[in-house]
Amino acid sequence: MNKLLAEEIYYLMVLGRKFEYAAKENYMKGNISGFLHLDIGQEALSVAAMKAFSKGDVFATYREHVMAIARGIEPRTVMAELFGKEAGVSGGKGGSMHLFEPSRFFYGGDAIVGGHIPNAVGCAYARKYQGSEDGVMVIFGDGASNGGAFFESLNNAATQKLPLLFLCENNEYAIGTNIQRTAPFREQAKKAEPYMLTMSVDGTDAEAVYETISKARKMIEDGHGPLFVEAFTCRYEGHSVSDANSYRSAQEMAHCKAKDSLENCKKRLREKWMCSESEIESLEKKAQKTVDDAVAYAEAAAEPSLDALFEHVFVEEV
Amino acid sequence: MLYREALNRALDEVMAADSTVVTLGEDVGLYGGSFRVTEGLVEKYGEKRVIDTPIAELSIVGNAVGMAIGGLRPVAEIMTGNFALLAFDQIINHMAKLRYMSNGKITLPMVVRFPQGVSRQLAAQHSESYEQMLCSVPGLKVLSVNDVNYAYHALKHAILSDDPFVFIEHELLYNKKGEVDFEQDLDPFKARIVKEGSDITIVSYLKMVDDVMEAVPAIEKELGCSCEVIDLCSLNPIDYETLKSSIEKTSRLVMVEEDHKTGGYGTQIVSWAAEEIFYALDAPPLRLAGADTPVPYNRNLELAGIPTPQSIAQDVVAWGRKNDV
Repeated sequence: MNKLLAEEIYYLMVLGRKFEYAAKENYMKGNISGFLHLDIGQEALSVAAMKAFSKGDVFATYREHVMAIARGIEPRTVMAELFGKEAGVSGGKGGSMHLFEPSRFFYGGDAIVGGHIPNAVGCAYARKYQGSEDGVMVIFGDGASNGGAFFESLNNAATQKLPLLFLCENNEYAIGTNIQRTAPFREQAKKAEPYMLTMSVDGTDAEAVYETISKARKMIEDGHGPLFVEAFTCRYEGHSVSDANSYRSAQEMAHCKAKDSLENCKKRLREKWMCSESEIESLEKKAQKTVDDAVAYAEAAAEPSLDALFEHVFVEEV
Repeated sequence: MLYREALNRALDEVMAADSTVVTLGEDVGLYGGSFRVTEGLVEKYGEKRVIDTPIAELSIVGNAVGMAIGGLRPVAEIMTGNFALLAFDQIINHMAKLRYMSNGKITLPMVVRFPQGVSRQLAAQHSESYEQMLCSVPGLKVLSVNDVNYAYHALKHAILSDDPFVFIEHELLYNKKGEVDFEQDLDPFKARIVKEGSDITIVSYLKMVDDVMEAVPAIEKELGCSCEVIDLCSLNPIDYETLKSSIEKTSRLVMVEEDHKTGGYGTQIVSWAAEEIFYALDAPPLRLAGADTPVPYNRNLELAGIPTPQSIAQDVVAWGRKNDV
């Protein structure tokens, strides 16, 4: 970690939060439809994990806008995808939950809870087979860690000693059900312990996430085999914009928001990295400008042509 | 050459030529494959390319999808179509959709192979047919294999194509004998005219093609007619052109399949005929399919539930007499 990186992570976190609020606003305006899962509260985890796992392949869930941006996908093409426009990163055919950019080694954007974990295992198999130095990171929530795809993947990754980092973002809620009502314990890493080395980290602390994922990535690159990192975090909004979050009390929300990752990160910029207020302000302004540009771009972008309906079903049409 | 040997030869040739081709599944390696399709491959290509997996079908297909994303050409074997149901999320939500959802950015060069159908008293959880479900999923190319020559060429094509294929075999066909024309440039999407004829077009696929061929002499004798028999080969996409020119010639359509009648695969062929070539038909189409029951264990009940050469002959003759064939 250094000042430049700390500033970049803070910038991306602010950008992420502003991006998500702009997405919410445009959802309310009717510019965005379908399901919209916001990452507000979890930005430290999304951004720092991507910066730490800068090389290698990433498989994410449907709550992936901020991760996609932190991976280097243009915010304007992400917003355009949310708007369903042709210029969107998935041509307007994926939407909020399905952002793909193989040139950034970012493979979704998967909306089947846990369904992408076996895909990450297969990709890790390919990387090992090809003799690649890079590994694969798969991100999923605590909700996915009760499903069969998760357990099968732990077993296969460990048996084959694959270069795979399991990153569990534990925000304690599987849609609207607390993890302690559907699993015998809060810490999902316990499920991985018989198979692989596990680590846990405060997911609201960007630097801690960065250091932990960097360490895990290095171990994977050194041939350690699969690892499991559990990051505890807090989702400020409902599961999606259409979820009123009524199952969490005001008290619980206040507790959850007490350790705000952005505030935490800003404090560290000031105290540890000696950033001036004007330096911080300029990062925030730049983030706002990027978001404003993304929204303007998405609004102005063209609708896909109706021919797109039939495009990209196959490589070779018969 | 046997049907299973033709499949083995196809796999062997593409694996020899392209090191990105791998095959995975239950018992495909050291055991040699439940139906011996992968026999000898692990000795030649090693355990990294002929991968024995746990009995966890969701992961067999799910991992194959990831391997394809990662640049390999996986061929996943599922022991029977019935077990593929555990992998249907991966087949339908991932294998079939990732290319479309990513606007063409993801390419999945992969094959999922499995045998299906009524074998010999394997009971309901080992005897089903699922092509009707898979053919209603856009994004999958679905091939069915009756013929030994087709087995060899179609499997090679499926593995070397950049699209995802479901490759359906039949448990009773693995020891079927036939010739392979290795020099042939075979189009796997073209239906195969098994026998030419002028009065009735009988459309079928998989093992039922053989049962139809066994029934044809009796039908032709009883009705004094000539039957044209078509093996669809590719179940999706469908070679409507071959069907159309045959039915325009014969003016009659019989569809024979092993899966259940209600919602079965043949509904597509018959509804297409009703919509597109209704006036070419001189008789209502006849559909012969399995009973709308799970497949029973008892041999007599099992055979009573699917078309057999005898029942096909009987039913087509009765239909022919009623319709002035």
